[in-house]
Amino acid sequence: MIRSKLVLIVTVALAFCWTAADAIAQTPKKGGILKFAVSAEPPDYDCHAATSFAFIHPVRPHYNTLLKFDEPNYPKVKGDLAQSWTVSPDGLTYTFKLKPNIKFHDGSPATSADVKATYERIANPAQGVRSIRKAAYSDIASIETPDPQTVIFKLKARNASMLTNFASPWDCIYSAAKLKEDPKFPEKNVLGTGPFKFVEHAAGSHWVGERFADYHEKGKPYLDGYRAIFITNTAARVNALQAGEVLVEFRGHSPADRDKLKAALGDKIVVQESPWICSLVVTFNTQKKPFDDVRVRRALSLAIDHWQGAEALSRIALVRSVGGILRPGYELAAKESELVKYPGYGKDVNAARAEAKKLLDQAGVKELKFKFLNRNIPMPYTPVGVFLIDHWRQIGVQVEHDQPETKAYIANLRGGNYDVGLDFNCDAVDDPNLQLAKYISASKSSINYGRYEDPKLDDLYNRQKGELDQKKRYALLREFEQHALTQAYSIPVIWWHRIIVYWKQMKGWYMSPSHYLNQDLQDVWLDQ
Amino acid sequence: MLRYTINRILLMIPTLLGVAVLVFLLLRAMPGDIVELRFMMEGGQVSPETLAIERARLGLDKSLWWQFYDWMTGIFVGDFGTSMWTGRPVIDEIASRLQLSLQVAIMATILAVVIALPLGTISALYKDTWIDHLIRVFAIAGLAVPSFWLGMLIILGLLYSFNWIPPLTFVPIYVDPWHNLSQLIWPAMAVGYRYSAVATRMTRSTILEVLQEDYIRTARAKGVFERLVVSRHAMRNAMLPVVTVVGLEFAFLIGGLVVTEQVFNLNGLGKLFVETVTRADYTMVQALVMLVAAFFIFVNFVVDLLYAVLDPRIRYR
Repeated sequence: MIRSKLVLIVTVALAFCWTAADAIAQTPKKGGILKFAVSAEPPDYDCHAATSFAFIHPVRPHYNTLLKFDEPNYPKVKGDLAQSWTVSPDGLTYTFKLKPNIKFHDGSPATSADVKATYERIANPAQGVRSIRKAAYSDIASIETPDPQTVIFKLKARNASMLTNFASPWDCIYSAAKLKEDPKFPEKNVLGTGPFKFVEHAAGSHWVGERFADYHEKGKPYLDGYRAIFITNTAARVNALQAGEVLVEFRGHSPADRDKLKAALGDKIVVQESPWICSLVVTFNTQKKPFDDVRVRRALSLAIDHWQGAEALSRIALVRSVGGILRPGYELAAKESELVKYPGYGKDVNAARAEAKKLLDQAGVKELKFKFLNRNIPMPYTPVGVFLIDHWRQIGVQVEHDQPETKAYIANLRGGNYDVGLDFNCDAVDDPNLQLAKYISASKSSINYGRYEDPKLDDLYNRQKGELDQKKRYALLREFEQHALTQAYSIPVIWWHRIIVYWKQMKGWYMSPSHYLNQDLQDVWLDQ
Repeated sequence: MLRYTINRILLMIPTLLGVAVLVFLLLRAMPGDIVELRFMMEGGQVSPETLAIERARLGLDKSLWWQFYDWMTGIFVGDFGTSMWTGRPVIDEIASRLQLSLQVAIMATILAVVIALPLGTISALYKDTWIDHLIRVFAIAGLAVPSFWLGMLIILGLLYSFNWIPPLTFVPIYVDPWHNLSQLIWPAMAVGYRYSAVATRMTRSTILEVLQEDYIRTARAKGVFERLVVSRHAMRNAMLPVVTVVGLEFAFLIGGLVVTEQVFNLNGLGKLFVETVTRADYTMVQALVMLVAAFFIFVNFVVDLLYAVLDPRIRYR
């Protein structure tokens, strides 16, 4: 077992090195239009109000952010508009030096004033402006611009995730002049400094961008342009990829679609795979009996064999890894040796299930029956739901699978109109501040659907947030995880697995654990 | 006739009003909220304040009466509002899809009529011969096979035979006829086959019925050529139910090709319908339902007028 795992790790590492070396070795060619599929469509054009990959994929190439992730070295960050930056020893001052000669697509220069206007719009939006990630910047006390190339952020409190925040793909830098004219300008207009200019959005059909000749990174982008085609039907997307009508779809494919494309196209395509910053989470409505009893929640948690589930489900669904609250493989996530010590994560499932039955007896719960709320999206919700129901049946619990359409699912989950639900936790980046938010008290988190209050978790959350020492933060995160999983309010079941299939002629694109990252397309080129 | 026409047109108003009230109330009775869906379907952490601001922006914080009043007063001045999802005018969203849906409906109707009338007539004239059996098998197969499934077979057939699929984006026929037809001929065939099957069955049965009528016997007794008996006397009278079926099918195709449009990735009204219902985009769904209802009423009205043209005995007062 250990040997086969070792072989797998070495193979993946070699494949990664080969891909990276291959990408470096080849000289990018200029020209061509990249056609790619997007399975949904952005509702409007404002990055600061957007939450979907359907927005990022077509819109991100028009914009820059202050920092961005260095994809081959993820989660390391690098400058996007920033040339360099420093952080004061107390962690309260961030100073950024911008790259020279940055221009907006209308030819106007981009300076520190634009960065300031952008972050002020995010942190303190004007009346009627929607800023979804306002809370992430609540620690900003002031933004100063001593000269056109320098911007200084002063914080009220230390925030270990601040550099990650500055690399957020949602924080598109807007023109201060345009925002002054109309703070809602970005809702209906696209004006950025990114590698591609906006050409056309045909509603329901496609989105077109063309090369920005005055882009500040000389020689980039390599492509003449791109065309994002909206294809909502999964089979139609796979067919389009197989026929070469599109070269890639950046969100992800199921194992079955990957195998179908591999069989049809052989070495004409490349497959990249990665753990995904998305987990499926069983959430108990703690305001409903008997789920207000920790023994019942623990029993249902112990009945789940995460390890067997991961092995079986990864063959048919886009899930693979067993993990805690943070993505397996992330530097701050629990290692397997720590994970197996958490309640419900042990490898002896028979012992766990015997304990589960005892706990139900102690709680006085006989012949437990409940409705399990799940999303009506087949991949991966349905197979994971079926898997959970089967495992709960092993301890004598009867479960009815309820899969309403998405809007009813969300309404029920948010409204507390459910017994036990399969929730999800998807984020753009690996960041404890984001991933832990689902587990802190409901009064402090709008995505805690378990409807519980736990001051200990809130305290641990705040302490890890302000802890700049990585080792100490790691320890605090383990403490948080141990407590959250012992209370079993919400249990991460299994983490998603991202599979991207693309035609070989597309080069310069790196896989990341997030379908929201690395989508500015500035390094992508076509070998044709 | 003129009075009848005016009466029918006036009757459309209360019918559409009834549809408007019904769709408005039914939509709001459905669980779910466009604001929650928009910001939270991918797990975003959005504060209750942001959700409240967005609801107010969309007018969802007003009472149902006010929302209905706003919508109705808008309709009377030709303003159907803006999509709650995209913020674009509803009329623009529909207009950009209507052209494609209309073209597919027209192409499928032409295909269906061209196939159904001769086949249905031949089947009736050669009743219980091998020709009749063959045509009936063709028609029954058309009824049994769902259009979207046939569409999937067409796509897979093209993909595996020619490594080609129809274009994914729409170009109007007057801009690039080749691109346009190479995209739309396939869905028109998939839909037209089922449509032609319905019309073939109807043509066959009505012609068989008409051929038993006294006036046909009289025509034959007078020595009129069989071809004239069929084309002038039988077919014209047999067309009344066929025209009804063709009219209703045509109206259905506007907005009814929900799955077929997804299979071929057509940016039509059917796909828009599904997306807007899924998103609880009230203004869009309301406008789409009104459009389809108006279309059905109009097509029925045209069919009624055609009755008078086809059968001189029918007079409307």
